[in-house]
Amino acid sequence: MNGLSFDIAHLLAGGLVLISFILLYQDRLYALLNVFALQAVVLALSVAWQAFAQNAPHLYVTALIALILKGIIIPVALHRTIERLGIHREIETVVGIGLTMLVGLGLVALSLLLMMQVNVSADALAREDLAFALCVVLLGLLMMVTRRNAVSQIVGFMSLENGLVLAATGAKGMPLVVEISVAFSVLVAFIVIGVFLFRIRERFDTVDVGALHMSRGDSE
Amino acid sequence: MTASIAIRAVLVIPAIAAAILALLPGYRLTSRLNVLASLLTLLAAASLFFLPRPEPGSYLFIDDLNIVFIVLNCFVGFTASVFSMTYIAHELETGKLTPIYLRFYHAMFQTMMFGMNLAFVSNNIGLMWVAVELATLSTVLMVGIYRTPAALEAAWKYFILGSVGIALALFGTILFYMAAQPVVGEGIDAMVWTILVQKVATFDPALLNVAFVFLLLGYGTKVGLAPLHAWLPDAHAEGPTPISAVLSGLLLNVALYALLRFKMLLAANHAAINPGPLMILLGLLSLIFASFMLYRRRDIKRLFAYSSIEHMGIIVFAFGMGGPLANFAGLLHMVMHSLTKSGIFYAVGHVSQIKGTQRIAEIRGLTTTHPWLGWGLVLGVIAIIGLPPLGIFMSEFLVVSSTFARSPLLALPLVLGLLVALGALLLRLTGVAFGEPLGSTAPARASYIPMYAHFLIVLAAGIYLPPPLVSWFQNVAGLLG
Repeated sequence: MNGLSFDIAHLLAGGLVLISFILLYQDRLYALLNVFALQAVVLALSVAWQAFAQNAPHLYVTALIALILKGIIIPVALHRTIERLGIHREIETVVGIGLTMLVGLGLVALSLLLMMQVNVSADALAREDLAFALCVVLLGLLMMVTRRNAVSQIVGFMSLENGLVLAATGAKGMPLVVEISVAFSVLVAFIVIGVFLFRIRERFDTVDVGALHMSRGDSE
Repeated sequence: MTASIAIRAVLVIPAIAAAILALLPGYRLTSRLNVLASLLTLLAAASLFFLPRPEPGSYLFIDDLNIVFIVLNCFVGFTASVFSMTYIAHELETGKLTPIYLRFYHAMFQTMMFGMNLAFVSNNIGLMWVAVELATLSTVLMVGIYRTPAALEAAWKYFILGSVGIALALFGTILFYMAAQPVVGEGIDAMVWTILVQKVATFDPALLNVAFVFLLLGYGTKVGLAPLHAWLPDAHAEGPTPISAVLSGLLLNVALYALLRFKMLLAANHAAINPGPLMILLGLLSLIFASFMLYRRRDIKRLFAYSSIEHMGIIVFAFGMGGPLANFAGLLHMVMHSLTKSGIFYAVGHVSQIKGTQRIAEIRGLTTTHPWLGWGLVLGVIAIIGLPPLGIFMSEFLVVSSTFARSPLLALPLVLGLLVALGALLLRLTGVAFGEPLGSTAPARASYIPMYAHFLIVLAAGIYLPPPLVSWFQNVAGLLG
């Protein structure tokens, strides 16, 4: 792979990590959705570039799905959900923004350290793509645990999924990529519909044992 | 008929049944069709034992390991469909379930069976991932089927945690492909399990290690291992009881099976980390945590959900120990737990319908008012806490004795967990089964056959295991390494 195409792929993947960081410190839901839409567009560009560089036309389908579904349809749907629920002002974080950013930096350092240990004989682009993808996945997870609001959790989950798509397209010739991205889109669509229909405002997932006792049936 | 037709039948029958059941109205017809479809699937699965095996394809295959899982899956699926007939009839009468949701319920039941069977027969790590996702999604929809706030909350929690698990497992799968790709080459071959296991010795160990950690966390979420178990008690407590039975008895096994396949791959690469200690750690953690949590439960379905976490912990621990004896014990324990726990849920389902509550404090003296149900529950709980002569006693005895032989220190927390759980369940059982009757004494309209069939098998296995079965399990235990 020649230098320029390597650099462009690198730039786009790095851009995704950067946008993940921007997502971390958004404190308004509308702004959060806009940044997420931007991430989806960058992801679509990155996938399309991989399709071009690897000469794998089926990846254009994945790029198109990312652009249309995650760049346009889901942000618009969530926008409407937020209006309907009247929660556009709220964003509750569990820990402060500063601490979240520091943890995020730590996660990026961790994933780079981890991935740079991997055998150098592996394709350099694939390896670095993987490192970036792992960063995006971990930052998405971080976002899911630091937010209480169901909508921002969904955004966290979708950003995590962007990392997965980046990893899958970076793995040369991986079969089923298109199918998997479709399967994930179905999953995300289910989540969005769930929030929209059932007006789920708060997150319920927690590993906090104290919160478990509050659940039905186990309260004293 | 050849085995390749039987493999396809195991998949096609539930798929067709799901489509038909989604379209047909009426309880009498559809619930019988559901049982019929499950029976046909079970027959197709059982025929796999006797038919010559085809060459593994790039998507589907069958070997000694997955036959055990498929037959167990189809058997419990069949008894659950029989139990669900009487259970659902009651839910329709009380109006908890409307006819339109009944259609949905039956279609989702068969979709779930399809997803689980597909995960078992798939020879492709990508396809296996898709199948596990399908099975999870269909159970999410069934957990939320009552539409009460508690049910929706449980379904949402299950959904979000399950999705994170799914995402982590997919990342692990991608990493596995990237490790395989330089050796096996691009394309579908680098995802075929039977090809991977031959060539895995030359894969990059660093990449395999990272991949396995993600797979363990991802599929471990679905196995219900602590600290990733938060979805499990809610999903068991709020959904229809037939679904609690298949969740505990079957779906946890699906994720466990996926984990075992990857463990076998890692074991074949000597430079990669040994997956054993990680699995031992998570298994013990789940066992200890869940056994202490049993004491604080107030909801009877939640109680047995925590007991499932405990038993999955024991099973994962046994497979983590490895070696012929511990693997044999783990396999036996998995089968016994599936049968016992789903049998217990059949009993609990009828009990909570009669009493109109799931609160343990409001259920008393069952053996006086409903002797068949009450004594059935007693039998089930005696089985699940591992008292002789039932099957779980034997498998737990094997796990403990093989651990004592190899690393006595690990056996201490194991035995502690088992005893703590035993105490908790006995304590709750005495209140529920004996004493002054409390609550409704309406006669039970229950189907006792599925429940007692399960317990009889567990009892029989505790007394006498037929030699062909033992040699089959020994063979599989050898495969697991």
